[in-house]
Amino acid sequence: MKLKLRLTWDTSILALLVTVWIAASLTTDNFLSSINVSQIFSNTSEITIMAFGVIFLIITGEIDLSVASILALGSSMLGWSYAHGAPIWLAILICIAVGTLCGFINGFLVTKVRLGSLAVTIGTLALYRGIANGILGTNTINEFPDFWTGFGFDTIGTSFIPQSLPIIILFGIGFGLLLHNTPFGRRTLAIGQSPEAARFAGINVIKHKIIVFTFTGFMSGIAGVIYTFRFSTAQADNGIGLELLVISACLLGGVSIFGGIGTMWGVIAGVLLAGSVESWLTLREINAQWRTIVTGILLLTSVAAPVLINKAKAAKARAENKS
Amino acid sequence: MAQKGDLLLQMKGVQKRFGGAIALRGTDLSIRAGEIHALLGENGAGKSTMLKILAGVHVNDGGIISLGDKTFITGSPEAAIAQGIAVIYQEPSLFLDLTLAENVFIGRQPMKGVAIDWAQAQVEAARLFAELGVPLDPKRQARGLSIADQQVVEIAKALSMNANIILMDEPTAALSASEVERLMTVMKSLKAANKAVIFVSHRLDEVFMISDYITVMRDGATVSENPVSETDLQKVIKEMVGRELTELFPKTENKIGGVALEINNLTNPAYFHNISFTVRHGEIVALAGLVGSGRSEVARAIFGIDKYTTGSVKVNGKDLAKGSPVAAMAEKIALVPEDRRQQGLFMIAGVNRNISMESFDRIKGKLFLNFKKERALTEIWREKLSIKYEAQSNPVESLSGGNQQKTVLAKWLATNPDILIVDEPTRGIDVGTKAEVHKLINAAAGEGKAVLMISSELPEVLGMADRIIVMREGHKVAELSRTEATQEKVIAAATTGSKGA
Repeated sequence: MKLKLRLTWDTSILALLVTVWIAASLTTDNFLSSINVSQIFSNTSEITIMAFGVIFLIITGEIDLSVASILALGSSMLGWSYAHGAPIWLAILICIAVGTLCGFINGFLVTKVRLGSLAVTIGTLALYRGIANGILGTNTINEFPDFWTGFGFDTIGTSFIPQSLPIIILFGIGFGLLLHNTPFGRRTLAIGQSPEAARFAGINVIKHKIIVFTFTGFMSGIAGVIYTFRFSTAQADNGIGLELLVISACLLGGVSIFGGIGTMWGVIAGVLLAGSVESWLTLREINAQWRTIVTGILLLTSVAAPVLINKAKAAKARAENKS
Repeated sequence: MAQKGDLLLQMKGVQKRFGGAIALRGTDLSIRAGEIHALLGENGAGKSTMLKILAGVHVNDGGIISLGDKTFITGSPEAAIAQGIAVIYQEPSLFLDLTLAENVFIGRQPMKGVAIDWAQAQVEAARLFAELGVPLDPKRQARGLSIADQQVVEIAKALSMNANIILMDEPTAALSASEVERLMTVMKSLKAANKAVIFVSHRLDEVFMISDYITVMRDGATVSENPVSETDLQKVIKEMVGRELTELFPKTENKIGGVALEINNLTNPAYFHNISFTVRHGEIVALAGLVGSGRSEVARAIFGIDKYTTGSVKVNGKDLAKGSPVAAMAEKIALVPEDRRQQGLFMIAGVNRNISMESFDRIKGKLFLNFKKERALTEIWREKLSIKYEAQSNPVESLSGGNQQKTVLAKWLATNPDILIVDEPTRGIDVGTKAEVHKLINAAAGEGKAVLMISSELPEVLGMADRIIVMREGHKVAELSRTEATQEKVIAAATTGSKGA
């Protein structure tokens, strides 16, 4: 059997990730040190968690720009209810429930009221953060039980593995299986490939999309819990701008912005790439503006690359035909 | 201006390879002015490749193409147009919000100083429409035009660019009978103006009605080129498939059982009114009628894609919930839709992914899909339906039309339905595959499945059906048994609503 290396964006991203790791460890002293690797993992944990939901959404051909606002609203509710005497477990549940509800509202507006997801979630991006502001104002709540604040930060034993990593890995495997090995995942891909054919295949497209929106809200709620404890802070402007990083990570990971195409491991590689580049630039003491510029370039590359790869393939095919 | 009979285009030994696959292995074609030339062949015979070379989309690898005494310059659609070759595709691509005159002269508007001379454009467009024998209003919007009239606009556009060779790729595939007639009038006008028309069609009856010359292709080579007077249907079919098809519609007598599907007074005011009929186990019932008579809409309503306002659908005596494909599938109804590319298949997904789409319960373990079982399932149906593909994971868009249609059939047959609804099951597929599809549908009825078949091809309807229901403008106008049905009766009912003589 001949092994053919397929030139696709998912495989290229993995190569790029390894390249970045090698380059970073050669140009900095401690890129691959345990503390830094641990940092990369924990810095990307909310993005990863939200990306696990958003990937399903982008694959169905929709988008959610409100995930970071959901994170903030959930986080504010967590802080507010804990500060008002709710036990911590209840405060956590409230955070996740609020996130789930926000996701459901997005889904309902997109599918039942038939507003475009871009428009709806630009609206709820402002709305959810606005409500968070209404609840906490400029207050910050940063008194939480040590067990929980340690959780986002501490490592397992003396290793460099942050405690949140096993959870993320479990989620990654679980959602990877959900996307690639279950009827639910197949239907998600099918809807993105052709909503009309999906209807003729007996898929309840509206219900499916509502589920995916709600699920994305749920994941954003969980990200809200992690964010709150990792920074030991509940405030209304938590996670501002994270939605762009989440979407960048998905696109970097080879998810098609037009829907119907995407792999879970591609997205995980995308998140790690974004996180690694960020960490590399930080270690090189390159300032924040430049880091944003690099993120922007990466995002543009991820959108342009699949198109360019296809063009190159077509050109190659033409050349082969001529010879 | 070319005279009638002048040799306009000659292709000699034209070859074309795509990677390892040979699409054309030496094709000849001669086209004269004032001639309608049909290009026939099964799917994959090389017709489309040939048209695409002439349209400037592909470049041939070998052979000679000459236009009159000049060599044809290949490789760009613009060059093809400049050399007088225009292509009319099956699906016209007009700007629906622009007027017809704007569409005809798009990008080449007549100017008066710095402004566009719309009056001039409208006069010119009107003249072109009149020349084609279809007096459309140049000031109206393209939106709402029938497909046939949209094609007329495309042809007018081609004429305005001084095209003298018009290529038409299956122009009638999406047209109703009256629209086909209209297009034929246009083709005759083109012929009278000493233009050359090359057209590809799978509807052989039309081909014999309108063409002057028939070229048959098989496996990338020209098999024959004859004036229409020197060939006939049987001969052409034999040349296309390389064998004689004794029976295109191998009707088998099946044991007919109890009522499987019962439709009572089904109404959706926008599309159909008071439709009632039954389909029994083992029976093939055809829904005949013109395109747009509401047949597909009835099928969609039964399967639950659309809702209906009044009436009922009963499956084995039990009421079926409306508007729910999930409920329909639970009652073992399958619908093979008319548009396989948009409705039947996920074009970028693999053959295996498509075939297993409705059969997850068959390939699932406790929680997860079992890829091994999926491969086995695909293999079973590849064998049963002799679907041709290189690898299971290849996207279905890389398959030929006939194999795509077989894939849709496989997907639904894999659910082992009790009631099989097929909408235009053989549209746009070649003669050999058509016969295979007919055999499959017959076999399904033979297994006791109730089959409801929508078809615009009368020979297919008459050859396959045990009973024929004719619809016209949303109403059921006739129900004919196999013995009493004739071509004339069905056409009369479909076009005039009369029950026929």
